[in-house]
Amino acid sequence: MPDLSASLSTGPDRSQRWLQATIRYGLLLVLALIVVFFSVAEPAFLRVGNLFIILQSVSIVALLALGVTLTMAVGGLDLSIGAVAAMSLMIASYVMVVLGWGALPATLISLAGGALVGLLNGWLIVRMRVPDILATLGSMFLVIGVQLIPTGGRSIAVGMSLPNGEEAEGTFSALFLALGRARLWDTVPVPVLVTTVVALAVWLFLERTRIGRLFYAIGGNEQAARLAGAPVQRYKLLAYVLSALLASLGGLLLAARLGRGDVSSGNGLVLDALGAALIGFAVLGAKKPNAFGTLVGALLVATLLNGLTMLNAPYYAQDFVKGLVLVLALMFTFGLAHRAR
Amino acid sequence: MSSLVSPDSLSAEHLAAYPLSPEPLVRVRNLSKTFGANRALDQVDLHLFPGEVVALLGANGAGKSTLVKILAGSQRQDTGEVWVNGQSQRFSSPLSARRVGIVAVHQQVNEGIAPGLSVAENLLLDELCQPGADFWLNRQRLLARAASIAAGLALSLPLEQPIECLGQAERQLVVLARAFALQPRLLILDEPTAALSDTEAQRLFSLIDTLRSRGVAILYISHRLSDLQRVADRAIVLRDGRLAGEFGAGQLPAAVHAMLGESLDTRAFEPRLPGRVVLSWRGAKVAAHAQAFDLDLHEAEVVVLTGLLGAGKSEIAEVLFGLRPALAGNLQLDGVAWQPGSPRQAIRCGVFYAAEDRTNHSLIPDFSLRRTLTLPFLERFTRAGFIRNRAEATAVQAQVAALGIKTAGIDLPMSALSGGNQQKVVLGRWLLGEGRVLILDEPFQGVDVRARREIGQLLRQSATGRATLVICADLDEALEIADRILVVRDGTVVAEFPRAGLSRAALVAEVAGGTTVVPATSPHSDSPRSRASA
Repeated sequence: MPDLSASLSTGPDRSQRWLQATIRYGLLLVLALIVVFFSVAEPAFLRVGNLFIILQSVSIVALLALGVTLTMAVGGLDLSIGAVAAMSLMIASYVMVVLGWGALPATLISLAGGALVGLLNGWLIVRMRVPDILATLGSMFLVIGVQLIPTGGRSIAVGMSLPNGEEAEGTFSALFLALGRARLWDTVPVPVLVTTVVALAVWLFLERTRIGRLFYAIGGNEQAARLAGAPVQRYKLLAYVLSALLASLGGLLLAARLGRGDVSSGNGLVLDALGAALIGFAVLGAKKPNAFGTLVGALLVATLLNGLTMLNAPYYAQDFVKGLVLVLALMFTFGLAHRAR
Repeated sequence: MSSLVSPDSLSAEHLAAYPLSPEPLVRVRNLSKTFGANRALDQVDLHLFPGEVVALLGANGAGKSTLVKILAGSQRQDTGEVWVNGQSQRFSSPLSARRVGIVAVHQQVNEGIAPGLSVAENLLLDELCQPGADFWLNRQRLLARAASIAAGLALSLPLEQPIECLGQAERQLVVLARAFALQPRLLILDEPTAALSDTEAQRLFSLIDTLRSRGVAILYISHRLSDLQRVADRAIVLRDGRLAGEFGAGQLPAAVHAMLGESLDTRAFEPRLPGRVVLSWRGAKVAAHAQAFDLDLHEAEVVVLTGLLGAGKSEIAEVLFGLRPALAGNLQLDGVAWQPGSPRQAIRCGVFYAAEDRTNHSLIPDFSLRRTLTLPFLERFTRAGFIRNRAEATAVQAQVAALGIKTAGIDLPMSALSGGNQQKVVLGRWLLGEGRVLILDEPFQGVDVRARREIGQLLRQSATGRATLVICADLDEALEIADRILVVRDGTVVAEFPRAGLSRAALVAEVAGGTTVVPATSPHSDSPRSRASA
């Protein structure tokens, strides 16, 4: 794209403007081109049903990505989100299937577990001064390990046999399963609705509230933010707790969709979520973590994967495609921005 | 300015400055450089001769840095030629400029510092970067080389300590020592004394004298006229990217006139009657070994703390702002016992502080003027936690107008502003609050003469309702704004001068305290950054 702009331009001003436009709108343009391409290649792609399949497939990753966006805004990073989502899925399944409790306690206990991990992350980073990547990598392993202990490493399914030889008597309540499977007006899946609301809230929070702006101030220059009176430690802690809460919400939606406590289901989430948040840096030339960009990033990857699947691209090409999009986006953000100086 | 050289500026003295070296070391012809719509340099001609110190003057944005960057190889000119020793040169990198003997020390000290390496390794960074340098590091030899470089500047540095343990001043000295060790033929110094105290600056000047006698050409950039008066043989003035004149050593006022396009009026100083005591600190102690002192700050009064680097000026301010605990003493704010535990608490009580290092301690990368200005008092522009954009913009516009901040818009990033305007924003954000005490640490760093005057006036004009404490190592700057000057030495206030009947000589003597030795840096002496985060 930069070569194209250079050949069309007449002077340095012109090419600068092209470059600026490329940086701002490049990724949205890529998304539009992808949609146009797939609709032409496979008319079924544009059906409402398929579009909601894309949105549904992206909703859980997007939730986690919005959480990691918050920690990136304060200049940190949360690698434990995938593990927290998996843990929340296991907790909810355990509470309902093994303990036989209802949907509400299962949800609340899962969220509380997530918040606890967020507090642990925040405490490690803020109080113990462990660098964010190391702290959340540590807690990631911790959480992945902890969630396997109650079931002895096995997945939780209705009617599974327990270690004491009895059969689990609980079931997933219909209300809980509706969280992952019901559709509003028979079209909009509940997870898509939840993610939309959360995305709007995170966007408002980061762009329009005082605390959101202080998040960015802390992420930009922690020391300057502290000297301007920002409660740096409290807000960093808040960011990690929010991130973990969103991750466990993602885990709950996943549990509701799967209808079982699958031990391996949270594993791929962290990389996808991180990728989406990083791609988000490039959207509208933000060069910083932002909710809108994160959402676009998640959508971009999901759309691409959906379209490729429709065109019978092999499943093993998926990670390659994700990587390609991420590298392209990072190039938009950093490489071109550097040249625009 | 149509004539490049004012005819009256070519005095006999000036012409006699380099009779022995008719061949210039560096000759610059028709140098131009454009950034977007902005002509940073416009057909600049310039000669630099061996063995002379040439001052480069210009207000912020006049094109000094661009000229320096082209000469030093970190930027390329659009048109024009640079000749070194009779050979046309077009530098592709700082390394290629260095090969012909041009070495530049840039204003941003931290650009010359590699964190994570020791002081010795930093001193030897250039040698370590040489393509032919040894593969294996030999610690003994490294230390010996570094020691000899440090000795060349009579520096006593903790060579084996990490560079982070040095303060700004020592880091500046390390960067200068590195440049000297390269044995340059043209040495470019950009604001080398910005972080240095008087004594350290004097030592730098004598080193410059030595280099000059060895035939090194020096291009010296500074906003401090006293520095230029001390070292410069000749002054070149840039204005709006063009050469605005060339002046002999004795014509600095004329040079300043050319630089600003007008002469600075030395405004009459209006002394203020101090009001009641706002802040008092009896039996104050900021260092374990220091003697206790008393500090009283009055309403409407501007007090300047001056002294050498490492004398303990900043430490006093940091205690008042809750960045470090007071070791002793009875601290009162408006007559009530008071002990700030954090900057946040201090700000709540109306004690405001603008730290010395603007880039690292006040500004946030990518934050616009508006966001930077409203950061500490953002809650004023919020309703139920949400920012009221219109109210914020109105307040920012008003403050921009009141402080005379020059900007094309309030949503531009701070990096688009000149140093002086950035400093006005940093000052202006504390003026948004109802302060009881305003503390400014070196507010004139990296600020041109005109902006300095304006900031000084703003400070005095706004001082009525609060006590003002300014930390200022430069005595001329101190004299411009102070109602009362306190001299700090060895962590304690050793002398107090009311403005009336103050003699500069007495002040200098008190600051130096009979010793000219820079206090050796102890390994645990910490920078404000590490202190604040501790």
